[in-house]
Amino acid sequence: MSHVATSPRFKDNARAALADADLQASLKFVEVNFIARRREAADRLPEFEALRDAARDIKDHTLAHLDLYLEAYEARVTASGGQVHYAATAEDARQIVLQICRRLGARTVTKGKSMIGEELAINDFLEANDIRPIETDLGEYIIQLRGEIPSHIIAPAVHLTKAQIEADFRRVHTHLPADRNLVEPTTLLAEARGVLREKFLAADVGITGANFLVAETGTSIIVTNEGNGDLTQTLPKAHIVLASIEKMVPTLEDVSTLLRVLARSATGQEMSVYTTLSTGPRRADDPDGPGEYHVVILDNGRSAMLGGSFQEMLRCIRCGACMNHCPVYHAVGGHAYGWVYPGPMGAVLTPSLIGVDKAGHLPNASTFCGRCEEVCPVRIPLPRMMRSWREREFERHLSPATVRSGLAFWALFARRPRLYGWATGIAARMLALFGRAKGRFGWLPLASGWTRYRDFPSPQGATFQQQWRTRRKRSSDR
Amino acid sequence: MSARDTLLASIRRSLGVSGDEAPRRRVVADRLATHPVGVVPARGQVAPFERVALFIKMMEFASGTVDLVSEADEVPSAVADFLRRHNLPMQVRRGEDRRLAELPWQREATLEVTTGVSDGAQLASVSHAFGAVAETGTMVLTSGADNPTTLNFLPDNHVVVVDAKDISGDYETVWARLRNKYGVGIMPRTVNLITGPSRSADIEQTLILGAHGPRRLHVIVVGEP
Amino acid sequence: MPPHGNKRVGLFVTCLVDLIRPSVGFAAAKLLEDAGCTVEVPRQSCCGQPAFNSGDRATTRAIAEQVIDAFAIYDYVVAPSGSCAGMLRTHYPELFRDDPNWMPRVDAFCAKTFELLSFLVDVLGVSRVDARFEGTVTYHDSCSGLRELGVRIQPRRLLGTVQGLTIKEMQDAETCCGFGGTFCVKYPDVSNAIVAKKAANVISSEADTLLAGDLGCLMNMAGKLQRDGKAVEVRHVAEVLAGMTDEPAIGMPESGGAEAKP
Repeated sequence: MSHVATSPRFKDNARAALADADLQASLKFVEVNFIARRREAADRLPEFEALRDAARDIKDHTLAHLDLYLEAYEARVTASGGQVHYAATAEDARQIVLQICRRLGARTVTKGKSMIGEELAINDFLEANDIRPIETDLGEYIIQLRGEIPSHIIAPAVHLTKAQIEADFRRVHTHLPADRNLVEPTTLLAEARGVLREKFLAADVGITGANFLVAETGTSIIVTNEGNGDLTQTLPKAHIVLASIEKMVPTLEDVSTLLRVLARSATGQEMSVYTTLSTGPRRADDPDGPGEYHVVILDNGRSAMLGGSFQEMLRCIRCGACMNHCPVYHAVGGHAYGWVYPGPMGAVLTPSLIGVDKAGHLPNASTFCGRCEEVCPVRIPLPRMMRSWREREFERHLSPATVRSGLAFWALFARRPRLYGWATGIAARMLALFGRAKGRFGWLPLASGWTRYRDFPSPQGATFQQQWRTRRKRSSDR
Repeated sequence: MSARDTLLASIRRSLGVSGDEAPRRRVVADRLATHPVGVVPARGQVAPFERVALFIKMMEFASGTVDLVSEADEVPSAVADFLRRHNLPMQVRRGEDRRLAELPWQREATLEVTTGVSDGAQLASVSHAFGAVAETGTMVLTSGADNPTTLNFLPDNHVVVVDAKDISGDYETVWARLRNKYGVGIMPRTVNLITGPSRSADIEQTLILGAHGPRRLHVIVVGEP
Repeated sequence: MPPHGNKRVGLFVTCLVDLIRPSVGFAAAKLLEDAGCTVEVPRQSCCGQPAFNSGDRATTRAIAEQVIDAFAIYDYVVAPSGSCAGMLRTHYPELFRDDPNWMPRVDAFCAKTFELLSFLVDVLGVSRVDARFEGTVTYHDSCSGLRELGVRIQPRRLLGTVQGLTIKEMQDAETCCGFGGTFCVKYPDVSNAIVAKKAANVISSEADTLLAGDLGCLMNMAGKLQRDGKAVEVRHVAEVLAGMTDEPAIGMPESGGAEAKP
């Protein structure tokens, strides 16, 4: 039971997204705000580039020694009174969570934002088992009301307008007076705060994700601006952390480097408001805090990425900078990608997790403009890895037959410059014959993908190489 | 094979290692033991008074407010002033932290100070910070009976007292102090790094304060660095 | 004129220039000759990028071997395209990484390969051109040239020395135009959305002419602007710098044709 990926229908999803006026209005905010704020934050810190290099190196080092750091991490978690569980698959993880909840007789569970939680489709699963999950991150709460999945990894409701959010609150919060004023965003926030405050206090179990796991101390770290993650993990009887294996970081000093690039890359803040380091359950002399602390460590295809062409993708610290800067994401938003992870990082990670046969469109729907790699705090070579996916598709004959044969036809000529010169000479002459008068074509056979939206310029008559040789011959004949 | 063994085996297979290799083990043990420092921004590496000034600037940048008092004894009036300024009831809850317990609260006769965790009914709380980081304007608070974690999140208004000498230039200093206090590899249940009041920008990217945590974060810096 | 010895430059003309707009090739040759180089054009087809970006590594490698051999005798390889030069200079090594027989040749090839504007300004030290172009231009930074090769200031510096020319920077000049090679025909709806934004920015800049260093981008943007009925003229920056703007702008008919400018 995981979110059924609609990634195979990327083109249809994209078309719908382009026609969605509310979404297009919301995406304008993304394009303008996130890019400027990251730039400002980077400019404010002279060491930013050096920190990116250091962050990349720390991640690479950790991945190369991940087995050993996991062992060290587990020892410290256990020593602090916590428990580590291992889940090879999403289903394993779901069962672990369910067993903990059942043992504690949990009826409601509060949740901090967790992309791993989305990957597990944990909310649907808990509901199916008569346990009510309540999202507490405002963006996640809003999309939970709408039955949607996040469209961005750090701003889950970024695709919605204020008007849409107001409509949902009115539809669902029927216990509040119908004539109440919800014009200002502050009123919406206040309402969410009130509704969720009760839920925080009543929850039996709190589930969060983890931005990082620190091996040195057996610590999990969450980063929020709202404080919802903290209320989620502090008030209930048990705190369950969902974390995939690559969240591991060796020491507190190492995590400082990563924290220094995380918020700046994500929202342009110096630090997120709440960066919380949690280690184990409440101690004997703690007056508050959860009685139990569980960490569910999820593989779900990541161990297979180690040692291979996609290992660098495991450096990702989930900042969202790549999608914030991506022209494709700006055009179609996150839902078009069809699964949990959108944008450039989604284009590389999704095929690893659900298969390139389902997710093939994602690494193909890129212009390789390179802005994602330019801003990635851990310098993941995203375009190169998207190309690696295209290579795998090509090898496995997964690309459409028309594309393969078109490419093969072209390659026949491109590999033989003389033949190529002959063929292009003819093509240039033929096209120029029809196109020279107007200068361009409104339509060309076999080129409807181009001419649907653009004119195609007419060739000038003979190829450059032909003209060059003619001119040289002419001047040498004199 | 247990799930743990399966995962470790899978990782080792992909990395092409057995896990027993001595050099790898040594590298990991070394890093965990020596926790080498990375790139530390120069921004916070300034003289003590400049550090405090930087901290104030960064905290205000994050929408917190800051007060300075020369003596700890002045804290109760600073707290009372804060409550009055925002038309709040003269009530605060604090933890058992001795540095707060020993203050002359009685000087503020109208101020009612209760002790314990927060259950959501309190409008204002007072904590004493473990320290602060000038680099980003961040408070460092540790869990425990001294400063219960719920005081950091449930009340609408959070007042945090910090000694000027505990304001460090960077995070690295804080980790060193934590190791000193709690032991190597040992942490309290929670360390909260707090940079300003709670906020959300989830509604059309409009920044609003007071999401789930406190709407106001007020810092009182005590003494000289 | 910079005091260089006679440098032998192999012009990598690029498949689009070769087929669609040879005048760019002639403009590039002129700029190189004016700067004291000898320009030659070995028989060539393509840099291999269409195959590379479609995942056909075998074809790409075969083409790359051809290109490296064909250009082996030259002191420099220069291409009037950031995307092709980027392919040759930054991506060719990836194709030969496990091949010690080829790597020295590849390294030598890459070290001497440049995008046109970068070659003129960074290598030859050209600081001005002798050209005239009345009007305002706006410059689009093609992605590969910008991010793979650092081409940004060079074209602007030389454009600044063209008599009569004013540069009006557009909003988001560094944002992708949506061409992306096969992307624009595989995902036409998304590509259109991206180029529509670029076209709107071009129009908002109020420049008469749009310039860039990559014919793919230029064809994409020109095609969109013309489909929308806009009068902005689109040219390759080399044509303006070489003072060779008699040729109709991209997508425009020959003078005397139905839509010729007065």
